[in-house]
Amino acid sequence: MARAYQWLLPHPFLTLLLAIVWILLQNEFSAGMAVFGIILGIIIPRMTSIWWPDTPNSFRLRKMASYSLIVMWDIVVANIQVAWIVLSVPNSKLKPAWVVVPLDLVQPEAITMLAGTITLTPGTVSADLSDKGHSLLVHVLHTDDPDSVVEEIKTRYEARLKEIFA
Amino acid sequence: MSGEIIGTYATAIFLLIGAGFVAVGVIGLLKFNDPMTRLHAPTKVGTVGIGALLVASIIHSYTLGDSSYHELLILAFLFVTAPISANFIAKVNIHLGTCETPPQPDRDDTWATLETPDEEIAKS
Repeated sequence: MARAYQWLLPHPFLTLLLAIVWILLQNEFSAGMAVFGIILGIIIPRMTSIWWPDTPNSFRLRKMASYSLIVMWDIVVANIQVAWIVLSVPNSKLKPAWVVVPLDLVQPEAITMLAGTITLTPGTVSADLSDKGHSLLVHVLHTDDPDSVVEEIKTRYEARLKEIFA
Repeated sequence: MSGEIIGTYATAIFLLIGAGFVAVGVIGLLKFNDPMTRLHAPTKVGTVGIGALLVASIIHSYTLGDSSYHELLILAFLFVTAPISANFIAKVNIHLGTCETPPQPDRDDTWATLETPDEEIAKS
Protein backbone atom coordinates (compact mmCIF):
# COMPACT_ATOMS: atom_id res chain seq x y z
CA MET A 1 0.00 0.00 0.00
CA ALA A 2 2.75 2.40 0.95
CA ARG A 3 4.65 1.50 -2.23
CA ALA A 4 1.57 2.01 -4.38
CA TYR A 5 1.14 5.41 -2.75
CA GLN A 6 4.82 6.19 -3.43
CA TRP A 7 4.43 5.16 -7.06
CA LEU A 8 1.24 7.11 -7.64
CA LEU A 9 2.13 10.23 -5.66
CA PRO A 10 5.89 10.75 -5.55
CA HIS A 11 5.33 14.45 -4.80
CA PRO A 12 1.94 14.93 -3.10
CA PHE A 13 2.29 18.71 -2.77
CA LEU A 14 3.18 19.03 -6.47
CA THR A 15 0.02 17.07 -7.30
CA LEU A 16 -2.06 19.42 -5.16
CA LEU A 17 -0.38 22.49 -6.67
CA LEU A 18 -0.94 21.29 -10.25
CA ALA A 19 -4.63 20.60 -9.52
CA ILE A 20 -5.05 24.11 -8.08
CA VAL A 21 -3.23 25.69 -11.06
CA TRP A 22 -5.47 23.75 -13.46
CA ILE A 23 -8.64 24.93 -11.71
CA LEU A 24 -7.39 28.53 -11.72
CA LEU A 25 -6.48 28.28 -15.42
CA GLN A 26 -9.99 27.02 -16.25
CA ASN A 27 -11.45 29.83 -14.15
CA GLU A 28 -14.32 27.69 -12.90
CA PHE A 29 -14.61 25.31 -9.97
CA SER A 30 -16.63 22.17 -10.61
CA ALA A 31 -16.24 18.50 -9.68
CA GLY A 32 -15.22 17.60 -13.23
CA MET A 33 -12.48 20.22 -13.28
CA ALA A 34 -11.18 19.09 -9.88
CA VAL A 35 -11.02 15.45 -11.01
CA PHE A 36 -9.26 16.36 -14.26
CA GLY A 37 -6.83 18.58 -12.31
CA ILE A 38 -5.98 15.70 -9.97
CA ILE A 39 -5.48 13.36 -12.97
CA LEU A 40 -3.04 15.89 -14.46
CA GLY A 41 -1.44 16.27 -11.04
CA ILE A 42 -0.75 12.52 -10.98
CA ILE A 43 0.41 12.17 -14.61
CA ILE A 44 2.76 15.18 -14.78
CA PRO A 45 4.88 14.36 -11.68
CA ARG A 46 5.22 10.76 -12.93
CA MET A 47 6.34 11.87 -16.39
CA THR A 48 8.83 14.38 -15.02
CA SER A 49 10.03 12.28 -12.07
CA ILE A 50 13.51 11.98 -13.67
CA TRP A 51 14.08 15.67 -12.90
CA TRP A 52 12.81 15.39 -9.32
CA PRO A 53 15.01 12.66 -7.89
CA ASP A 54 14.73 13.76 -4.26
CA THR A 55 11.75 14.76 -2.23
CA PRO A 56 12.39 17.17 0.64
CA ASN A 57 12.07 14.78 3.56
CA SER A 58 9.72 17.05 5.44
CA PHE A 59 7.68 20.02 4.42
CA ARG A 60 5.34 21.72 6.87
CA LEU A 61 2.45 23.25 4.98
CA ARG A 62 1.05 25.26 7.89
CA LYS A 63 4.42 26.87 8.69
CA MET A 64 4.80 27.54 4.96
CA ALA A 65 1.46 29.38 4.92
CA SER A 66 2.43 31.65 7.82
CA TYR A 67 5.83 32.21 6.20
CA SER A 68 4.12 33.31 2.95
CA LEU A 69 1.93 35.77 4.86
CA ILE A 70 4.98 37.26 6.62
CA VAL A 71 6.81 37.60 3.29
CA MET A 72 3.79 39.23 1.61
CA TRP A 73 3.54 41.76 4.44
CA ASP A 74 7.30 42.43 4.29
CA ILE A 75 7.11 42.97 0.52
CA VAL A 76 4.44 45.64 0.95
CA VAL A 77 6.20 47.42 3.85
CA ALA A 78 9.63 47.29 2.25
CA ASN A 79 8.23 48.47 -1.10
CA ILE A 80 7.09 51.66 0.59
CA GLN A 81 10.55 52.06 2.17
CA VAL A 82 12.30 51.57 -1.18
CA ALA A 83 9.89 53.94 -2.91
CA TRP A 84 10.80 56.51 -0.24
CA ILE A 85 14.55 55.90 -0.77
CA VAL A 86 14.12 56.23 -4.55
CA LEU A 87 12.27 59.51 -4.21
CA SER A 88 14.14 61.15 -1.33
CA VAL A 89 17.77 59.97 -1.09
CA PRO A 90 20.13 61.66 -3.58
CA ASN A 91 22.57 59.46 -5.45
CA SER A 92 25.60 60.88 -3.63
CA LYS A 93 24.19 59.89 -0.21
CA LEU A 94 23.16 56.38 -1.24
CA LYS A 95 25.13 53.64 0.53
CA PRO A 96 24.87 50.41 -1.43
CA ALA A 97 26.79 47.44 -0.04
CA TRP A 98 27.63 43.81 -0.70
CA VAL A 99 26.70 41.54 2.17
CA VAL A 100 27.74 37.92 2.71
CA VAL A 101 25.11 35.80 4.46
CA PRO A 102 26.53 32.57 5.94
CA LEU A 103 23.98 29.81 5.38
CA ASP A 104 22.84 27.20 7.89
CA LEU A 105 20.38 25.71 5.39
CA VAL A 106 21.56 22.74 3.36
CA GLN A 107 18.56 21.66 1.26
CA PRO A 108 18.68 23.17 -2.25
CA GLU A 109 14.92 23.85 -2.16
CA ALA A 110 15.27 25.82 1.06
CA ILE A 111 18.23 27.86 -0.27
CA THR A 112 16.30 28.62 -3.47
CA MET A 113 13.35 29.85 -1.43
CA LEU A 114 15.59 31.98 0.77
CA ALA A 115 17.26 33.55 -2.29
CA GLY A 116 13.89 34.21 -3.89
CA THR A 117 12.55 35.78 -0.71
CA ILE A 118 15.60 38.03 -0.41
CA THR A 119 15.18 39.23 -3.99
CA LEU A 120 11.42 39.79 -3.64
CA THR A 121 11.71 41.85 -0.47
CA PRO A 122 12.79 45.27 -1.70
CA GLY A 123 16.15 46.73 -0.83
CA THR A 124 18.04 43.45 -1.17
CA VAL A 125 18.95 41.30 -4.20
CA SER A 126 20.51 37.87 -3.83
CA ALA A 127 23.29 37.80 -6.43
CA ASP A 128 25.18 34.55 -6.08
CA LEU A 129 25.88 31.43 -4.06
CA SER A 130 29.40 30.36 -3.11
CA ASP A 131 30.85 27.37 -4.94
CA LYS A 132 30.14 24.87 -2.16
CA GLY A 133 26.85 26.47 -1.18
CA HIS A 134 27.75 27.77 2.28
CA SER A 135 27.28 31.51 1.72
CA LEU A 136 24.90 33.74 -0.16
CA LEU A 137 25.98 37.01 -1.78
CA VAL A 138 23.41 39.77 -1.28
CA HIS A 139 23.40 43.32 -2.59
CA VAL A 140 21.76 45.95 -0.38
CA LEU A 141 20.42 49.16 -1.85
CA HIS A 142 20.88 51.50 1.10
CA THR A 143 22.16 50.64 4.55
CA ASP A 144 24.19 52.16 7.34
CA ASP A 145 24.82 48.87 9.09
CA PRO A 146 25.36 45.82 6.82
CA ASP A 147 25.62 43.44 9.81
CA SER A 148 22.05 44.21 10.90
CA VAL A 149 20.83 43.24 7.41
CA VAL A 150 22.53 39.84 7.74
CA GLU A 151 21.06 39.44 11.21
CA GLU A 152 17.56 40.25 9.98
CA ILE A 153 17.75 37.82 7.04
CA LYS A 154 19.00 35.05 9.33
CA THR A 155 16.45 35.51 12.12
CA ARG A 156 13.41 36.53 10.09
CA TYR A 157 13.61 34.21 7.07
CA GLU A 158 16.29 31.57 7.47
CA ALA A 159 15.16 30.44 10.92
CA ARG A 160 11.59 29.99 9.67
CA LEU A 161 12.72 28.13 6.53
CA LYS A 162 14.75 25.82 8.73
CA GLU A 163 11.58 24.93 10.61
CA ILE A 164 9.65 24.36 7.37
CA PHE A 165 12.27 22.01 5.92
CA ALA A 166 13.44 20.62 9.26
CA MET B 1 -26.41 49.78 -6.79
CA SER B 2 -24.03 50.74 -3.98
CA GLY B 3 -21.97 47.56 -4.37
CA GLU B 4 -21.11 48.55 -7.89
CA ILE B 5 -20.06 52.04 -6.76
CA ILE B 6 -17.82 50.62 -3.99
CA GLY B 7 -16.32 48.20 -6.52
CA THR B 8 -15.62 50.99 -8.98
CA TYR B 9 -13.94 53.14 -6.33
CA ALA B 10 -11.88 50.19 -5.05
CA THR B 11 -10.76 49.43 -8.61
CA ALA B 12 -9.76 53.06 -9.11
CA ILE B 13 -7.82 53.18 -5.82
CA PHE B 14 -5.88 50.00 -6.60
CA LEU B 15 -5.16 51.23 -10.13
CA LEU B 16 -3.75 54.45 -8.67
CA ILE B 17 -1.60 52.59 -6.10
CA GLY B 18 -0.28 50.23 -8.78
CA ALA B 19 0.44 53.00 -11.26
CA GLY B 20 2.17 55.01 -8.52
CA PHE B 21 4.53 52.15 -7.58
CA VAL B 22 5.31 51.40 -11.23
CA ALA B 23 6.09 55.11 -11.75
CA VAL B 24 8.47 55.05 -8.75
CA GLY B 25 10.15 51.99 -10.26
CA VAL B 26 10.70 53.84 -13.53
CA ILE B 27 12.02 56.92 -11.70
CA GLY B 28 14.47 54.71 -9.81
CA LEU B 29 15.63 53.10 -13.04
CA LEU B 30 16.35 56.51 -14.52
CA LYS B 31 17.80 58.12 -11.39
CA PHE B 32 20.35 55.64 -10.04
CA ASN B 33 23.71 55.75 -11.78
CA ASP B 34 25.20 52.34 -10.99
CA PRO B 35 23.89 49.12 -12.63
CA MET B 36 23.58 47.21 -9.33
CA THR B 37 21.48 49.87 -7.57
CA ARG B 38 19.51 50.37 -10.76
CA LEU B 39 18.53 46.71 -10.56
CA HIS B 40 16.72 47.31 -7.26
CA ALA B 41 14.10 49.76 -8.45
CA PRO B 42 12.25 47.83 -11.18
CA THR B 43 12.50 44.32 -9.71
CA LYS B 44 11.09 45.40 -6.36
CA VAL B 45 8.69 48.19 -6.83
CA GLY B 46 7.34 46.23 -9.78
CA THR B 47 6.06 43.40 -7.57
CA VAL B 48 3.67 45.54 -5.55
CA GLY B 49 2.93 47.78 -8.53
CA ILE B 50 1.82 44.95 -10.78
CA GLY B 51 0.23 43.17 -7.79
CA ALA B 52 -2.02 46.17 -7.13
CA LEU B 53 -2.96 46.41 -10.83
CA LEU B 54 -3.93 42.73 -10.81
CA VAL B 55 -6.01 43.18 -7.63
CA ALA B 56 -7.79 46.04 -9.41
CA SER B 57 -8.47 43.67 -12.31
CA ILE B 58 -9.97 41.03 -9.97
CA ILE B 59 -12.23 43.60 -8.26
CA HIS B 60 -13.29 44.98 -11.64
CA SER B 61 -14.25 41.55 -12.93
CA TYR B 62 -16.29 41.00 -9.74
CA THR B 63 -18.21 44.26 -10.11
CA LEU B 64 -19.03 43.31 -13.70
CA GLY B 65 -20.40 40.00 -12.35
CA ASP B 66 -17.95 37.91 -14.36
CA SER B 67 -15.41 36.87 -11.75
CA SER B 68 -11.90 35.88 -12.82
CA TYR B 69 -9.00 34.35 -10.91
CA HIS B 70 -6.38 34.24 -13.66
CA GLU B 71 -4.70 37.21 -12.00
CA LEU B 72 -3.68 35.06 -9.01
CA LEU B 73 -1.79 32.77 -11.40
CA ILE B 74 -0.13 35.72 -13.12
CA LEU B 75 0.97 37.01 -9.71
CA ALA B 76 2.30 33.59 -8.65
CA PHE B 77 4.30 33.09 -11.86
CA LEU B 78 5.63 36.65 -11.64
CA PHE B 79 6.82 36.09 -8.06
CA VAL B 80 8.54 32.87 -9.05
CA THR B 81 10.31 34.25 -12.14
CA ALA B 82 11.24 37.78 -11.02
CA PRO B 83 14.11 36.70 -8.68
CA ILE B 84 15.67 34.60 -11.46
CA SER B 85 15.98 37.45 -13.95
CA ALA B 86 17.34 39.71 -11.20
CA ASN B 87 19.86 37.00 -10.31
CA PHE B 88 21.06 36.76 -13.91
CA ILE B 89 21.43 40.53 -14.27
CA ALA B 90 23.42 40.63 -11.01
CA LYS B 91 25.77 37.89 -12.25
CA VAL B 92 26.31 39.72 -15.54
CA ASN B 93 27.18 42.86 -13.55
CA ILE B 94 29.74 40.91 -11.49
CA HIS B 95 31.36 39.52 -14.65
CA LEU B 96 31.45 42.84 -16.47
CA GLY B 97 32.94 44.55 -13.41
CA THR B 98 30.41 47.37 -13.61
CA CYS B 99 29.93 47.24 -9.84
CA GLU B 100 32.19 47.02 -6.80
CA THR B 101 33.95 43.66 -6.60
CA PRO B 102 31.99 41.49 -4.16
CA PRO B 103 33.77 40.38 -0.96
CA GLN B 104 35.08 36.83 -0.66
CA PRO B 105 32.74 34.26 0.90
CA ASP B 106 33.54 33.33 4.51
CA ARG B 107 33.66 29.56 4.35
CA ASP B 108 34.18 28.68 0.67
CA ASP B 109 36.78 29.55 -1.96
CA THR B 110 34.87 31.73 -4.37
CA TRP B 111 31.43 32.61 -5.74
CA ALA B 112 29.82 30.05 -8.03
CA THR B 113 29.72 32.40 -11.01
CA LEU B 114 33.43 33.27 -10.74
CA GLU B 115 34.53 29.68 -10.32
CA THR B 116 36.82 28.51 -13.14
CA PRO B 117 36.64 24.86 -14.14
CA ASP B 118 39.61 22.67 -13.20
CA GLU B 119 42.29 22.48 -15.87
CA GLU B 120 41.99 18.71 -16.21
CA ILE B 121 38.28 18.95 -16.87
CA ALA B 122 38.84 21.78 -19.32
CA LYS B 123 41.40 19.74 -21.28
CA SER B 124 39.33 16.59 -21.61
